[in-house]
Amino acid sequence: MIAYIVKRILGMIPTLIIISIITFIIIQLPPGDFVTTAQAEIAASGGGMDASAVEAMRIRYGLDQPMLVQYWRWVSGFPRGDFGYSLEWSAPVWDIIAGRLGWTLLLSGLALVFMWLVSIPIGIHSARNQYSLGDNVFSFLGFLGLSVPDFMLSLMWLVFATMTLGISASGLYSPQMVDASWSLAKFLNLLNHLWPPVVIMGVVGTAELIRIMRGNLLDILNQQYVTTARSKGLVEKVVVRKYAVRMAINPMISVLGMQIPKMISSSIIVGFVLSIPTVGPIFLRSLITQDMYLAGTILLLMTVMLLIGNFLADIALAWVDPRIRFEQ
Amino acid sequence: MIDYKGRSEHIKKLYEQQNALDESIAHQMMSSEKIAFATSQWRMMWRKFIRNRIAVIGGTVILLFYLTALFADFVAPYTLKQRMTAYSFLSPQRIYFFAEGRFQPFVYGLKGSRDPKTLMKIYVPDPEKRIPIRFFIHREPYKLMGLFPASTRLFGVEEGIVSLLGTDGQGRDMFSRIIIGSQISLTIGLVGVALSLIIGAFLGVSSGYFGGWVDNLIQRVIEIVRSFPPIPLWMALTAAIPPHWPPLRVYFTITIILSLIGWTWLARQLRGKVLALREEDFIMAARLAGASDGWIIFRHLIPATLSHIIVISTLAMPAMILAESALSFLGLGLRPPLTSWGVLLKQAQNIQVLLLYPWLMIPGFFVAISILAFNFLGDGLRDAADPYTV
Repeated sequence: MIAYIVKRILGMIPTLIIISIITFIIIQLPPGDFVTTAQAEIAASGGGMDASAVEAMRIRYGLDQPMLVQYWRWVSGFPRGDFGYSLEWSAPVWDIIAGRLGWTLLLSGLALVFMWLVSIPIGIHSARNQYSLGDNVFSFLGFLGLSVPDFMLSLMWLVFATMTLGISASGLYSPQMVDASWSLAKFLNLLNHLWPPVVIMGVVGTAELIRIMRGNLLDILNQQYVTTARSKGLVEKVVVRKYAVRMAINPMISVLGMQIPKMISSSIIVGFVLSIPTVGPIFLRSLITQDMYLAGTILLLMTVMLLIGNFLADIALAWVDPRIRFEQ
Repeated sequence: MIDYKGRSEHIKKLYEQQNALDESIAHQMMSSEKIAFATSQWRMMWRKFIRNRIAVIGGTVILLFYLTALFADFVAPYTLKQRMTAYSFLSPQRIYFFAEGRFQPFVYGLKGSRDPKTLMKIYVPDPEKRIPIRFFIHREPYKLMGLFPASTRLFGVEEGIVSLLGTDGQGRDMFSRIIIGSQISLTIGLVGVALSLIIGAFLGVSSGYFGGWVDNLIQRVIEIVRSFPPIPLWMALTAAIPPHWPPLRVYFTITIILSLIGWTWLARQLRGKVLALREEDFIMAARLAGASDGWIIFRHLIPATLSHIIVISTLAMPAMILAESALSFLGLGLRPPLTSWGVLLKQAQNIQVLLLYPWLMIPGFFVAISILAFNFLGDGLRDAADPYTV
């Protein structure tokens, strides 16, 4: 097992190097640089910058250096936890995104837990009562969940909460709670603002997982060892729980790994619409202002999150399914 | 207790029936030259497909959407940019279908005033003034499909306004804008999937067919592309599109960016399919007969996987439509004058606007319905693509 983990970690290093290079190239793609955008913004508000000031700004930010040098400057700081300097916010990139990264991770993690908790029982129910009313209702709801975009769900929740329920739905706290000191009321207020984004982010995945769980379990319930278990007189509950579900759950773990990129994407959009401080809104802003180290670091870290998530899913799968361990 | 004896009797009976059937088929083959009794695979798929009611509904909705998009300028009562400044932020109008007991759709004329408290513009229907909705009315000229000059519109009014889904802040009719916007929203998926398909089918089939280092290289590239989360990567790439580019160029660049990730999924699916097919006897036979790799790929492998290619591309459509609307909604994808559902939704980002004018959210429902229909259709096609299982 340890050998397997070490092998996987070593295998990730070349991928990470290639990804950092691609990320840097993508971030450099837009014509011009941060200084040109800043110049345009100043010009739009009626001001102006003379050529020497522009040049000085470029030199100060190191934008006059060749690309390779800029890349090396950025990458060489990683081991020290230095991800470069945000040109727009005039602060180290890490200081700006650390807290936001935390919210992104929290929301994505909760959404993954939500998906599992909801989809497994429903999947089991649907498989055991195939084509029943409940099964049909759930599969229709599943299709609906797959089809309504997350930004649409967020907008609908925003309108519904404000108009019908009369509660605040955007941000982390209600306006009157933002500056309050920590108390139980404030914590509950936070929870009330956290569950909707978690549910919205989890809806698409839940729909997919229900279908997969249902399909897996249906396949397995038809297998001979299940028939054997039944014919030797085991209670149906035990047959399903200990024999069938135990096997049907394995693919759900690898599918969980595949849900992580969707969670990351969704956290951006939901964070943007519901004004939750995930990395989403700041990523959007940094792309527009060409704040390249900030944008690049966010893109890179989101990719790293994805790699680590898949890695963890693989390990969990190897841990649950001994056949995979032995194969490696 | 399972009745094993009864079951084996039953199987025996089935076996005898099958034998009798085979004999009669062989008999028919010998007696008649034509093979009319053999149903082609496509026919079997079609039969299985039309039995799936939900999939047929999905397919019909898709067909309707594309037909409307094709004749969008005819269906829409107004043009994309036509501003009726007297009617800004008008809520969806109520349509009355019967006047004096017979079918004559009409809307009431509107009296504009201001809310005394908020000073907001409000419109009150004037029951004295009925404006009949006329069909095939001549209004603003346009070019049908961008080619044929015309001025007949499906419906419209001679005076006042008819606005099924309300208007936006500049008094532009939302219904017309959604209908015309569907042209871009729905084609971007088609073009994007077509591009992904060209890249994905070529690389996926080669990857599965050749194996070895070709397979290895293509799989590594796919792995790298897929290690990026899609929306952030799309955001970074679309942010790089220079703002001064002409609309058409932006449109095609976005489809290319979307298919840059889309092809990996298609390639993976096809590779798996080809890996299985490669070992089949008919491929070996073709090879022994001296067929070249290109011949085998284009004449045998691609036709053999065609039904799966169709299924996979149908299932890939929702992701493309979704991605385009999400990007445009964030302000990174298409931008005006290009109008898609996502671009229209951009007006509805702000909670204040949304609360006052909730109908600006309607384009989002069109996104959801088209995705739902594509999911239903794709699901039905997937079941039908394998007509031999029940």
